[in-house]
Amino acid sequence: MKIKINISSDILTKPIMAESILETGVLLNISQAHFDRSQGEVVADVDEDKFDLMCKSLTNKGARVTKLNTPIKWDENECVECSACISVCPTKVFSLDDDFSLVVDESKCIQCGTCVDMCPHNALSLGKNNR
Amino acid sequence: MVKKTIHEINGRIRDGSVNVVTAEEMVHIVGELGAEDAAKEVDVVTTGTFGAMCSSGVWLNFGHSEPPIKMQKVFLNDVEAYTGVAAVDAFIGATQLSESLGMEYGGAHVIEDLIRGKSVHLHATSHGTDCYPRKVLDTTLSLEDMNQAIMMNPRNAYQKYNAATNGTKNTIHTYMGSLLPSFGNVTYSGAGVLSPLSNDPDYMTIGTGTRIFLGGAQGYIVGQGTQHSSGGGFGTLMVQGDLKHMSPDYIRAANFTGYGTSLYVGMGVPIPILNEQIAQATAVTDAGVTTKILDYGIPSRDRAAVRDVTYEELRSGSVDINGRDVPTSSLSSFKKSRIIASELKDWISKGEFFVSMPVERLPKDISAKPMKQTEGIALVSDIMAVNVVTISKDASVYDAAKTIMETAFNHLPVVSADNALVGVVTAWDISKAVSQNKFDLVEDIMTRKVITASADERVAVVARRMDQDSVSAMPVINKERHIIGMITSDDISKLYARRS
Repeated sequence: MKIKINISSDILTKPIMAESILETGVLLNISQAHFDRSQGEVVADVDEDKFDLMCKSLTNKGARVTKLNTPIKWDENECVECSACISVCPTKVFSLDDDFSLVVDESKCIQCGTCVDMCPHNALSLGKNNR
Repeated sequence: MVKKTIHEINGRIRDGSVNVVTAEEMVHIVGELGAEDAAKEVDVVTTGTFGAMCSSGVWLNFGHSEPPIKMQKVFLNDVEAYTGVAAVDAFIGATQLSESLGMEYGGAHVIEDLIRGKSVHLHATSHGTDCYPRKVLDTTLSLEDMNQAIMMNPRNAYQKYNAATNGTKNTIHTYMGSLLPSFGNVTYSGAGVLSPLSNDPDYMTIGTGTRIFLGGAQGYIVGQGTQHSSGGGFGTLMVQGDLKHMSPDYIRAANFTGYGTSLYVGMGVPIPILNEQIAQATAVTDAGVTTKILDYGIPSRDRAAVRDVTYEELRSGSVDINGRDVPTSSLSSFKKSRIIASELKDWISKGEFFVSMPVERLPKDISAKPMKQTEGIALVSDIMAVNVVTISKDASVYDAAKTIMETAFNHLPVVSADNALVGVVTAWDISKAVSQNKFDLVEDIMTRKVITASADERVAVVARRMDQDSVSAMPVINKERHIIGMITSDDISKLYARRS
């Protein structure tokens, strides 16, 4: 499953992710990371049954952990299958099959929302995530 | 030499013996048989396209109210329609935005709502005359309540269209969709192999009076579209059709974030195969249609071409830009274009649609002119201040404060030892530092990310950047980042105050 880890500026320089990995022995597969002066944001994959363990460890160190469990919602009735979403998606959620129908692989979605802005027909939307 | 007439082909449509293929299928037929035999074999080739066509709208006649009104302002669901013609006619344009909902809802949505059978609210005002005494009118109308609803698209079905990318460091939002920074993606529009005008680039069968598929109904080509630029392969069509017979499958409202609304229009043009020349033209492939990738990051009419590209490359999913693989995606639907070409093929095969010869062909080899501008375009160099006081990054905050007091400049560009711009410090930065009891070097309190201008930029472009980045002054720099001037929002307001 995908999770988002937010790290505030006061603990940004501490190796809290590395500490959590060592402490719990749970592996994190980082798929996206963004850091600036105000905060850090990391999207990672973690085994579902290890989530609680990892979440507790990271939260104890001051990070905020969000489950990315409501991926992009595709409204097929609004969609005209233009494919505008394909070129802006960083994780290749969207593709066209042989007959130019849009294929949506929700499991790849990291909920960045870039495609929502791009879609000319309001066929894509993001729901709320659970903490 | 094959020579067929429209009359013969329509005879075959009538008796059911007509051979119709789509422009995609024609590629293979000409490939196998050659143009001459293909021309003998095939009677009609159908094309199709489904994309954003901003230049679209509908003429509506509402009928007369009691007492009657000469409408001067008309709003449909709060979207203004143009009424400077007669009393109860109005033209609702696809890109006109709602007065209350802004970019969320526009003329395109009114048009789609009408086709879907929804009612729209009509609000009209007038000054009142002896013959048309009414001054205000409010009512609710659906498509069937109108006398006429004639879709009229002044500029549609571009022969081909420029592809878009963005060389700046920020994401930009355009009518070509979101363009990611540093050439992060490429978007394009057009049906390539199925594109109506690309299948008849010499306009041998396409012109005024040609019967076409428009929005799911039969429509007609009125003539050349506005900005028709056939010389460079950018021909356009003006078309019309009856909205009352159209379908929401082929007419769809759209929103482009940061740009506004537009209308996706489905159009298909049948091309009667009268001779082998026409057969050869309809064998065009995606690889045979070339366009340019333009840098939409340049806010100017003259956008730099990044490179030439074919529709085949664009459709492959990525193109090479400066040695990098950049993802591409279409804004128009090729799947829908295919559906349109086959639906038109079906109509013809079933004897429901007859082909026509134009009464006037589209003009060839003309090009659209840029606007003639009689007021000179102001450049940054025209209005920038050239006496600029700068401060070294190693100076103290006290020195900076003193300089600001002595020169009355609110913004001090900060320079390195070799005189290159490295930051900017404002009276505000100094006040902040002082209030925090910080008396460090200028370098420690300056803003490092400086928004700059160059001397040859247009003032209007720079003004927009100032507004977007919420700054009130910019250093003007040369290629070596040396400061050659300063432009402030004051300079710009003075320029415009002089004009009015």
